[in-house]
Amino acid sequence: MKFAVLVFPGSNCDLDMYHAIKDELGEEVEYVWHDDSDLSQFDGILIPGGFSYGDYLRGGSIARFSNIMNSIYEANKQGKPILGVCNGFQILLEAGLLPGAMQRNERLKFICRHVDLVVEHNDSMFTNEYDKGEVISVPVAHGEGNYYCDEATYEKLLENNQIAFRYKENINGSRHQIAGITNERGNVLGMMPHPERAVDTLLGSADGLKLFKSIVKSWREAHVVSS
Amino acid sequence: MYNVKVFVTLKESVLDPQGGAVKDSLHRLSYQSVEDVRIGKYIQLTIKKEDGDINQQIREICEKLLANTVIEDYTYEIEEVVSQ
Repeated sequence: MKFAVLVFPGSNCDLDMYHAIKDELGEEVEYVWHDDSDLSQFDGILIPGGFSYGDYLRGGSIARFSNIMNSIYEANKQGKPILGVCNGFQILLEAGLLPGAMQRNERLKFICRHVDLVVEHNDSMFTNEYDKGEVISVPVAHGEGNYYCDEATYEKLLENNQIAFRYKENINGSRHQIAGITNERGNVLGMMPHPERAVDTLLGSADGLKLFKSIVKSWREAHVVSS
Repeated sequence: MYNVKVFVTLKESVLDPQGGAVKDSLHRLSYQSVEDVRIGKYIQLTIKKEDGDINQQIREICEKLLANTVIEDYTYEIEEVVSQ
C-alpha cells in the first residue's frame, strides 16, 4: 500500500508520519507538496499536524485552498482512506470534508501530553485492529482542539457511527469528549491526538500503530486477492 | 475604491473562552459592571471598484474564508472612497 504525506508550509509532523509508515508499518510512503495537484498514484492520504500557514485567521483555513485540495476531493470521491491529524483534522473541517469546527481549548492552554482515548467502535477502516471500548494512550499537542458541533450534527454523528475516538477525560472542552470523527462513508478520519507519535514503546506508547495497521488491513481486503 | 470593515464574531450559542478569561480579569481590576465580554476579529479590506455587486463579493469573501460559519457570524460596513 502506498501512502502520501502532504506537506504544507508550517507542517511539522510530516517526518513523524513518514517514519511511522516507512519504518514501523513497513509500507511505501512519499511526501507530496501542497502545490502539487495529483494524488492518483496513492492508496491512502495522510494530512499531518503542524501550523500550516502559521494558523493565521483560523487553523487550516488557508491550507484548505491549496492546489492539492482538489485531488483530495477526488480521492474522497474514490473512497480512498484520508487521515487528518491535529492541524490535518482542522484542514478537513475547514474544507467541509468533516462536520463541525475547532475552537481554542476551553482553558486556553496548549496541551502537550499523553492522553487516554476510548475506541468507540471497531468497524471502520481506521479502527478494525482495536477492540471496541479499548483504552489507548496517544499524545496530544494542540491549543485549538476544542471540537464543536451543534446537537443536530452530534445526533447524526451518533446515528451513523461516526465517532471513532473520545477522550477518557475531557481535556479541552470538546463536545461530548470527541477526539476523532469520520465522515458518513467512513473513509475520512480526523483526530486531534497523534497516532504517528505512538508507534514505538520506547517512546511511551505503540497504541497508534494499530490505526495504521487497520487502514492497511481493510485496503488489502478490498484490493489484494487472497491466494 | 471601497474601504470595507469586516467584523467576525463567535455565534451567540458558542462559548467564548477568551472572552470569559478577559471578563474575569476585568473583574479582578474591579470593573464589576462588565457583564459580558465577547472577542472577535476586525478585518479591513481595500477593494478596487469593479462591475458587479460589491455586497455579494464581500459576502462571498466572508463565507469562503474570513468567517467559519459553523461557529462564527460576520457583519461588515462599506465606505466608498472617491479618489481626488
